Amino acid sequence: MHAAIEVRELTKTYAEGAASSRALDDVSLDIHAGEVTLLMGPSGSGKTTLISIMGCILRPTSGSVRVAGREVTSLPERELPAVRLNHIGFVFQGFNLFPALTAQENVELALDLKKIRGAEARRRARTLLDAVGLSEKSAAFPADLSGGQKQRVAIARALAGEPEIILADEPTAALDKTSGRTVLDMLRRLAMEEGRAVAIVTHDNRTFEYADRIVRIEDGRIGEDIRGNELRALEGAEI
Amino acid sequence: MASLAVRNLFHDKVRLAVTLTGIIFSVVLVAVQIGLFLGFTTTTSNVIDNSHADLWVTAKGVGYIEVGVPFSEKKLYHVRAIPGVAEAQKYILRFGQWKRPDGGNTSCEIIGFDPDSDMGGPWSLSEGDVRSLKLPDTVIVDRLYAQKLGVTRVGQTVEIHDVRARVVGFTDGVRTFTTSPLVFTSFKNAQRYAGLNNDQTVFLLVKAAPGANVERIREQILTSIPGVDAWPKARFSSMTTRYWMFGTGAGVTVILAAVLGLLVGVVVVAQTIYAATMDHIREFGTLKAMGASNGYIYRIIMRQATVSAVIGYGVGIVVASLAAFSSRHGGANILLPIPVRAALFGLTLAMCLSAAMVSINKVTKIDPALVFKG
Repeated sequence: MHAAIEVRELTKTYAEGAASSRALDDVSLDIHAGEVTLLMGPSGSGKTTLISIMGCILRPTSGSVRVAGREVTSLPERELPAVRLNHIGFVFQGFNLFPALTAQENVELALDLKKIRGAEARRRARTLLDAVGLSEKSAAFPADLSGGQKQRVAIARALAGEPEIILADEPTAALDKTSGRTVLDMLRRLAMEEGRAVAIVTHDNRTFEYADRIVRIEDGRIGEDIRGNELRALEGAEI
Repeated sequence: MASLAVRNLFHDKVRLAVTLTGIIFSVVLVAVQIGLFLGFTTTTSNVIDNSHADLWVTAKGVGYIEVGVPFSEKKLYHVRAIPGVAEAQKYILRFGQWKRPDGGNTSCEIIGFDPDSDMGGPWSLSEGDVRSLKLPDTVIVDRLYAQKLGVTRVGQTVEIHDVRARVVGFTDGVRTFTTSPLVFTSFKNAQRYAGLNNDQTVFLLVKAAPGANVERIREQILTSIPGVDAWPKARFSSMTTRYWMFGTGAGVTVILAAVLGLLVGVVVVAQTIYAATMDHIREFGTLKAMGASNGYIYRIIMRQATVSAVIGYGVGIVVASLAAFSSRHGGANILLPIPVRAALFGLTLAMCLSAAMVSINKVTKIDPALVFKG
């Protein structure tokens, strides 16, 4: 396993008028390929800030982030979209599908960003929807899909760019138990079978059994980093 | 992605209706205000513009057509003697008093010209014949002002300056800026209606021979005939227009209304396009997270703005055209010539794209946490 994302001595400070608040404080963390990493912690602990910085959406105040071996904190703003496009797929709590587009078109949109269009885009989108078990829903609009189905479309969309990293923010928060398990199964398979690095921000204890590692964040700092047997002991328990 | 831009636009029908209503309102507002401005501008000088004369000779110091000062008609013969002059005719425009058949009075602008000449006569004649004006005591008026003048048909008799006047024809759409209807008649009739002496004229209309240098004729008039000015038609037209539009409060009011219409239009369009973009701000944030470049997102926003502009303009200009069409028989003329329509399309597009630029500025500063909020 190599680190798909390497975070070193990361600090993020938000200015609040004359004052400032530190959302992340000296965070160092590796997200590995072929592994599901849970980022857990109470609200306001810095999880979303961390995933935003790892996803090259937000700039850190200091520290370094390497994505697929490339230092990204020093890259100019205009080069960051390409890093996201080529290496990272996002799965959001609120699905963030485009309501005006069908399931298939939502996936095709991600392909369009990679300049894959026309018949090839349609073929690939169908394949991806088939992979998440939604081939029969390709013409449906998001409003006509259940929460679980929406999230599966979102996963298909995240995979369209063939990223080696999947960053998921509370992917099961809006789902029932069955749908949540289906989504987590998929994310797990992406790590196990396809060797992708999967990082999930979550409060959901049901996700423990799908994790290879749990990183607990408190007040902007890494609290615990739990793996292996220690993790198995936690399964089913509150953290 | 073209389809995202268009599909987003048409997905929320209510939002689309609000956006288009804003743009249509702006297009109609701006078009009508500019059309009114052009209508007023054109009306102020329409008598000059339709005179078919190359030069207007006036008494010295006459600044615009309504304040012509009588001078001796002998100067006509001096003008005719100048090389290059193909034709010169006496011409009168004076305010007069029109006594309606019901006994009421209203002011009018008496226009006296030579019915045998093609200079200075009425245009847009809808009933009657200009040659009828060779008969004594005959006039042609416009249907727009028929009610005001108290006449409804050819053959009716009124009085102007206590002199009998019989209506022998009607024009259609010959407007006046001064609210005093134009009354076309022969030069001789006009002298009596306007209370001028038999040897007086107010203007001389001059037509240059083909190939003759109009400016040279003008210079010769100025140097050889004392007490007159000579103006090329376009110059005299602009002098008259400038007086009414800028020398009086009326024109300034119209201009201010047009400018205000433009400003309100810009603000309404900016607000609606901005609001429409902000409605999709989360989607643009998602696109950014997915790796879309700013250029990709800009193109979507610009495409939406362009489509909105095209539809909004299309509907708006139809409504404005209907307003212009119906104004033909109203008190105020709305003119929307092709160049104005084209400019208005450019303006609408510019308004929408400018508003989109403001939205783009907002999109580039999207809070990344936005896309992660449930």
